[in-house]
Amino acid sequence: MTSFVIPLGEVGATAQAATGITAYAWLLVALPLFGAAVLLLGGRRTNSWGPLFATLMSWSAFLVGAGILVNLLGYAGEERSRSLHLFSWIPAGQFQVDAGMLLDPLSVSFVLLVTFVGSLIHVYSLGYMEHDPDKRRFFAYLNLFVAAMLLLVTANSYLLVYVGWEGVGLASYLLIGFWNWNPPYASAANKAFVANRVGDLGMSIAIMLMFWQFGKTDFASVNAAVGGASQGALTAIGLFLLLAACGKSAQFPLQSWLGDAMAGPTPVSALIHAATMVTAGVYLVVRSHAIFDAAPTAQLAVVIVGAITLLFGAIVGCAKDDIKKALAASTMSQIGYMMLAAGLGPAGYVFAIFHLLTHGFFKAGMFLGAGSVMHGMNDKVDMRGFGNLSGAMKVTWATFGLGWLAILGVPPFSGFWSKDKIIEAAFIGEGWRPWVFGLVTMLGAAITAFYMSRLFFMTFHGEKRWPKDAHPHESPSLMTVPMVILAFGSAFLGLFLALGDRFATWLEPVVGGGHGAEHHPVLPIPVITFGTLALVILGAGYAWLRYWRDQVPKTAPAGSLLTRAARQDLYQDQVNEGLLMRPGLHLTRSLVYADQKGVDGAVGGLAALIGGTSARVRKIQNGLARSYALTMLLGVVVILGAVWVMQ
Amino acid sequence: MTALLTATPAAFTTATVDVVALLPLLIVFGGALLGVLVEAFVPRASRFQTQVVLTVVVLVGALVALAVGAVNHRGTTAGTAGSDGILRGAVVIDGPALFIQSIILLFALLAVFTYAERLGGVGSDTFTPMGAAVPGSAREAEALRAGAMTAEVFPLFLFSVAGMMLFPSAGDLLTMFVALEVLSLPLYIMCGLSRRRRLLSQEASLKYFLLGAFSSAFFLFGVALLYGYAGSVYLPAIAAAISSPVAGLGGLLVPGILLIAVGLLFKVGAVPFHMWTPDVYQGAPTPVTGFMAAGTKAAAFGAILRFFYVGVDQAVWDWRPVLMVIAALTMVVGAVLSVTQTDMKRLLAYSSIAHAGFVLLGVTAVSRDGISGTLFYVLAYGLTSLAAFGIIALVRENGSEATHLSQWAGLGKRHPWTAGVYAFLLLAFAGIPLTSGFTAKFAVFAPMLALHTAGSTALVVLALLCSAITVFVYARIIVLMYFTEPTHDDVAVVDASGGTIATIAVGSVLTLVLGVAPAFVLNLAAQASQFIR
Repeated sequence: MTSFVIPLGEVGATAQAATGITAYAWLLVALPLFGAAVLLLGGRRTNSWGPLFATLMSWSAFLVGAGILVNLLGYAGEERSRSLHLFSWIPAGQFQVDAGMLLDPLSVSFVLLVTFVGSLIHVYSLGYMEHDPDKRRFFAYLNLFVAAMLLLVTANSYLLVYVGWEGVGLASYLLIGFWNWNPPYASAANKAFVANRVGDLGMSIAIMLMFWQFGKTDFASVNAAVGGASQGALTAIGLFLLLAACGKSAQFPLQSWLGDAMAGPTPVSALIHAATMVTAGVYLVVRSHAIFDAAPTAQLAVVIVGAITLLFGAIVGCAKDDIKKALAASTMSQIGYMMLAAGLGPAGYVFAIFHLLTHGFFKAGMFLGAGSVMHGMNDKVDMRGFGNLSGAMKVTWATFGLGWLAILGVPPFSGFWSKDKIIEAAFIGEGWRPWVFGLVTMLGAAITAFYMSRLFFMTFHGEKRWPKDAHPHESPSLMTVPMVILAFGSAFLGLFLALGDRFATWLEPVVGGGHGAEHHPVLPIPVITFGTLALVILGAGYAWLRYWRDQVPKTAPAGSLLTRAARQDLYQDQVNEGLLMRPGLHLTRSLVYADQKGVDGAVGGLAALIGGTSARVRKIQNGLARSYALTMLLGVVVILGAVWVMQ
Repeated sequence: MTALLTATPAAFTTATVDVVALLPLLIVFGGALLGVLVEAFVPRASRFQTQVVLTVVVLVGALVALAVGAVNHRGTTAGTAGSDGILRGAVVIDGPALFIQSIILLFALLAVFTYAERLGGVGSDTFTPMGAAVPGSAREAEALRAGAMTAEVFPLFLFSVAGMMLFPSAGDLLTMFVALEVLSLPLYIMCGLSRRRRLLSQEASLKYFLLGAFSSAFFLFGVALLYGYAGSVYLPAIAAAISSPVAGLGGLLVPGILLIAVGLLFKVGAVPFHMWTPDVYQGAPTPVTGFMAAGTKAAAFGAILRFFYVGVDQAVWDWRPVLMVIAALTMVVGAVLSVTQTDMKRLLAYSSIAHAGFVLLGVTAVSRDGISGTLFYVLAYGLTSLAAFGIIALVRENGSEATHLSQWAGLGKRHPWTAGVYAFLLLAFAGIPLTSGFTAKFAVFAPMLALHTAGSTALVVLALLCSAITVFVYARIIVLMYFTEPTHDDVAVVDASGGTIATIAVGSVLTLVLGVAPAFVLNLAAQASQFIR
């Protein structure tokens, strides 16, 4: 099982043994993991230098990643897939699982995003968390997250991806609940946990189905074996992978946790819940391109999920007054774009990842900006209490502004290059699909322009609505420098990668397509581009009218039906409650005369359903030895009777 | 009747006994007998110490003998199955038997330190000073004043260990039955010897005894039926009889198999023979519970493997569907009922039921991978259980164990290390990657998937769903420990002796090692996965 040369399936590139610095790719995971271990095990002794050490580990991982990039660029496109065998992990009979890494353009793109943005956020946190008594633990968790995320994207098999997948979930859970002295924060962490478990269940079922179908879970073998598998099995695997992606990436219908996850410290929201972890679902879909390409039904489901989430997030974003929750809704919506692109097949993979990268920069930048605003405004998050902060916080305003232009898709900023391509790709196809999905993406762009401009204007422009005790001031340079660097990315990364189709060429050996599109959209490209731009200007202009020129009321007006619905996250919690929790509770109550609450009082959702059944069945366990014996006897009689009948 | 007559030897021949292969068993039995003498002749002041030292020495000695014997034995395991075994097949020392015996010795070595935990007192803190005294009586108080102690748990413990070692290596059904009783009887007594909450403990003991006797009766009835079918209780002879059946006796086979299965499945706590588990786990002294969860399960699954794979593997189409249904029921009942538990020990009891269901997947696979998966699972589960029950015994409120879940609220704030390790062990029970629980589940699900039948795949999917349910249960405890305000201020982790700490540490570290780098042990289990017929 130590064969290094393995076919990579239909795309043609072959993973070869890693050489040079790429052979040390395990350092990517080992360095931040070591940092986390030192900080967690070192205890208070590491309080003084621990955070700096963690930051150093993160930057070291970035340097290793950059080295690998240089190393890979030295090869021709087809030879850029390098595999690294680590050790034989689970040799369970005929199912051999080796732990190994796959370094190819797709994973290296992620490595660089995670380590670069992650390291910047480490630096930012040095300033942001300066006065937190538990700073050391925070940095340990951050390092743990980086290690798990890097394992997720460099793993060479689904099973190892699953390890990283659980790892980032754990780190995210720990960080959302980091300020767990606040009960709502801790319950937000629980909600994230539940939604993620549903997703993880999808992942584990998908992996088991792969074992069943292919006998292997490493990407190379799975991709190679897809051709011989039945349509039904592939569709099932694809749908379960999609369920996994929905949980992790906060896509419909598992989206409800992301807004609540904003309870965590802002750098966490920037790193985990904007730039990296929540995009893991998109990574999973793109990585599984061979499966989705062969299962059109699953692929269509991906597009539909993306389209729904994209509109859902955008509508919710329009009504949120909490700056972080508005940004979270926007993240959800932008990932919807990526998911939609990933579901479009070879035409969209490249742009899904492209948008993921640019989004990583501009959204992380804006979250850090939001953190900076909160830092200056006594941790207030209500935008109705902001206004005209552009004067007080110039750097924050400028960096946030670049991010805002990027997400709107204004040329020549980053978002334009990636989002416009997704919209174009959505218009490719035949029948009803290009029209529906194309128009949805265009509509989404317009709404995005409205709510992001609303956010920007309400925070930085218009008139001052500050609370009396607020003295906004610019943040220390430890915080502003990372923001400036990310703002550079928001401005120029897209242009840099789009010039000469650089990124498409880079990614082509892995996912194919994209480059030199053979397909043509149903509308001429200029019409799409200018139409989108016109819609964006319209959206932004309407926001200008309402939130810059007109007065913004300090307390939220009642609003229309849609606004009220959007404020309530389009009733997603109520729907969850109505569909899952209520029937469960009723069942429990009707089944159990003594209504026993769960110990922590938090019996919710599906758990209540199971709990109801559980409480019912528990009554059989009455403590009487005679009834136990009777149960055994009945069991024996039933078994013997059944066998007798069958024979 | 003619079959019976020819099976009887004409003259009494001397049995050949391979003493080296039996040495570990003999050492443990001998040590137990020695323990009885110690109990009779060593003065009270040094009795407890002597017993602990003796037990540890015996267990280490048996492990060494086993390691040496196993090395010498390797050839036989890999060779042809022509050997008659030892004692003309009454005891078979082959790969699975050696593997199970060594893990039982390992479990025992870890468990003995939790048994010996004194917390600064004269005798064991776990066991009542005088088991014969009525709870709350004057006699009990008198015994307490006089400094009495129940040092006889150590010989009882060794007898039980010896029975567990014999159980999976029994080559005929009568030896298997003897082993079953030898392992069970001391356990019944030990369950009733709790120092605190004695009535609960005695109730548990009695229930376990009654139901255990009930299940033994089923087992014996099954043995009788199979003897009637095959004319022998020797497992290879039964296998031979199945491949060349005698007309007219066919009706005895399947009921015989299933009745024996009832007796065996009772020991692992499979549904519908699981009812004793929660009551006994809760009532028994916690170290006994831990040892029972680890050791009994390993021994019983060893015996199940031997009976089904050596004795009646030809009749697989008759018993596999039944076992699959039982596995499904066991997983579902264990997982669902664990949701509403409010007592830590009961919760882990239901968790152990669910785990028994998962292990049964490995058994029903009927392949070498199934054997090695089962062997690995019982090892991984046992280590995690020992460590978990070791921790439960240390969390106390005013001296007695704080087993109600509400008492664990906020433990993470005051005792971050204890809570952290316990949380990790719970993750292992849940089967999160990088813990032994994940590897173990993988090792039993994979051979099941390899069957490529609709039923087996459905069973694995059901197993995944059940795992997902149990994750909520364990996560709830982690949330309780870390994110909930403490309600009981007196709950604290008592200062344990080095032995208990070592048990918890070894159990937890191995739980991690078997998750991160399980290859060595998995290979060992794979090498051991060949029975001798």
